Amino acid sequence: MKRKSDQYWRSNIKIVFSLLIVWFIASFGFGILFSDSLDQIKIGGFKLGFWFAQQGSIYVFVVIIFLYVWLMKRLDRKLSEEEDI
Amino acid sequence: MTTQLLTYIFVGISFGLYIGIALWSRAQSTNDFYVAGKGVHPVANGMATAADWMSAASFLSMAGLIAFLGKDGSVYLMGWTGGYVLLALLLAPYLRKFGKFTVPDFIGERYYSKTARKLAVICLIFISFTYIAGQMRGVGIVFSRFLEVDINTGVIVGMAIVFFYAVLGGMKGITYTQVAQYCVLIFAYLVPAIFISILMTGNPVPQIGFGSTMVDSDIYLLDKLDQVTKDLGFAAYTENVKSNIDIFCITAALMFGTAGLPHVIVRFFTVPSVGAARQSAGYALIFIALLYTTAPAVSAFARMNLIDSIQDQPYSTSPSWFKNWEEIGLIAWKDKNQDGRIQYSSGDALEETKPKYTSDRGDSGERIVENNPNLSNENEIYIDRDIIVLANPEIAQLPGWVIALVAAGGLAAALSTAAGLLLVISSSVSHDLLKKTYMPNITEKQELKYARIAAAVAIGIAGIFGIYPPAFVAQVVAFAFGLAAATFFPALFLGIFYKRLNKEGAIAGMLGGLLFTASYIIYFKFINPGINNSDYWLMGVSPEGIGSFGMILNFILALGISSLTSPPPDEVSDMVDEIRQP
Repeated sequence: MKRKSDQYWRSNIKIVFSLLIVWFIASFGFGILFSDSLDQIKIGGFKLGFWFAQQGSIYVFVVIIFLYVWLMKRLDRKLSEEEDI
Repeated sequence: MTTQLLTYIFVGISFGLYIGIALWSRAQSTNDFYVAGKGVHPVANGMATAADWMSAASFLSMAGLIAFLGKDGSVYLMGWTGGYVLLALLLAPYLRKFGKFTVPDFIGERYYSKTARKLAVICLIFISFTYIAGQMRGVGIVFSRFLEVDINTGVIVGMAIVFFYAVLGGMKGITYTQVAQYCVLIFAYLVPAIFISILMTGNPVPQIGFGSTMVDSDIYLLDKLDQVTKDLGFAAYTENVKSNIDIFCITAALMFGTAGLPHVIVRFFTVPSVGAARQSAGYALIFIALLYTTAPAVSAFARMNLIDSIQDQPYSTSPSWFKNWEEIGLIAWKDKNQDGRIQYSSGDALEETKPKYTSDRGDSGERIVENNPNLSNENEIYIDRDIIVLANPEIAQLPGWVIALVAAGGLAAALSTAAGLLLVISSSVSHDLLKKTYMPNITEKQELKYARIAAAVAIGIAGIFGIYPPAFVAQVVAFAFGLAAATFFPALFLGIFYKRLNKEGAIAGMLGGLLFTASYIIYFKFINPGINNSDYWLMGVSPEGIGSFGMILNFILALGISSLTSPPPDEVSDMVDEIRQP
């Protein structure tokens, strides 16, 4: 029982950590640190760095949270199935 | 029908709706009053969170700020949305599992200390009142401009409405009025944005429109805007002016601050389960993103329209919105070169920046200001950034009902946030200070009574802020986020993810973060505002971004002092194990 919950917690940390890396790259990376270099690329009227800073990062945030909801639901189900056995 | 009559009708209907909902959802118990009985559907809670979160600042001021800041304005867009990722992944599900009523509740129990609880209450009250003052100013602006009533009357009407549903309904009343307020505010924000996007680019989706070419030309709107702003002596619209480190720190302070704001966190206490808390954060961000991805489009359109409609125009034939806002005192014109035309360029038009009007009129009929002209530049106009969203439909010459709708939306945004803040203030007083600290023997019924009294007192204080706005309101907004980042975020995060953290560490961390961040902001904003520039800032980080450093300091102190003192008792360790399970 104790081992199950430790395992659950480790998988949880892994999920959160990987998603936070994506979060960091989309906002602080593309929107700020590498924004000026990305600005060399243009998509329609948007310079790419500017687009990430004012639009793209926000879309990525929404996707991250729903991905998290889905991954955690799967993990929770696995935990409760194992507990049933 | 006149615009003013339409505004009365729209505002009247929306207020009637809020009162109706309040009557329908009265709170019967403390559980209802503090956390709406923990029965709110995740989608409804997402909407309520979005309304709770999007304040008068988001609705009225943000697009205007970005219009003048250009790419630097991105700090608000990323900062005020990215925090939800932290909230969803690191805090909300666990705090929901903890299952109590307030944020100081968690801090008090997790760190087994009344001192920690009281410290948390002090931070919470300070952060929340700072925030409320801004909401009341928003209510005042909308009332005075669109309903032509005295600002004070406007504030009192606003207070009466909030009083009604917050005191009567508590969290339950607030939740369902916030759902209605979200619908009003998002509709009011999107309609003019869509109209203007069609007018300027022919594309009905503002998010795509501002990256498209302008109507009747093959020049991209943003390219044109870069060109025009550069010609007038500003930085190009799509380029940064602030340094990267400052942008980085401000964004981080806003993100971590958002995740640590008590009135947002407490919304996740109202859903039925841990899974619902996770989902609800996702819905909240979708609802918020709808406005936040539209805002930068509105900013670009507004900047372009503003320049187009006034640059080199004779004052006598300038558009009516220009004169209307001048009457309110949020626009001023000083004809430096005496040609009777409006010239707009970079720099402050007036010495001391803010206009001081006299009762006299100039040759063209403009209001005369006492300020000396600032002769280091050719700019002749002062424009308060807060008016951009409200003036935008008028600038784009949209029909009267759109303007009326925006007024109702602005009020919805201000009132919903004010109510959420008042609730966390009142519940931290009645629950954390009275029930859990000073008067542990009161019954639930008495606690509920005290919660209502505390809410009423808090509304009174907020109203006084609105009627006598402290001059420092605008300057202290940085406080709310900086302090939330430097105090609450580390204490909550470590409380969940690091079992070994004890009360000594948590208290030292919160105190250190609080004192460092507060003194840095007070020093540059109040004691020595003359040297508030990057030459004097610590590592080039402005007071707006210093919360990031305060947060790091909090982490260092908390971990360091914790490792030198005894570990927390076993019950606390068990409690943490418990909240880590779904």
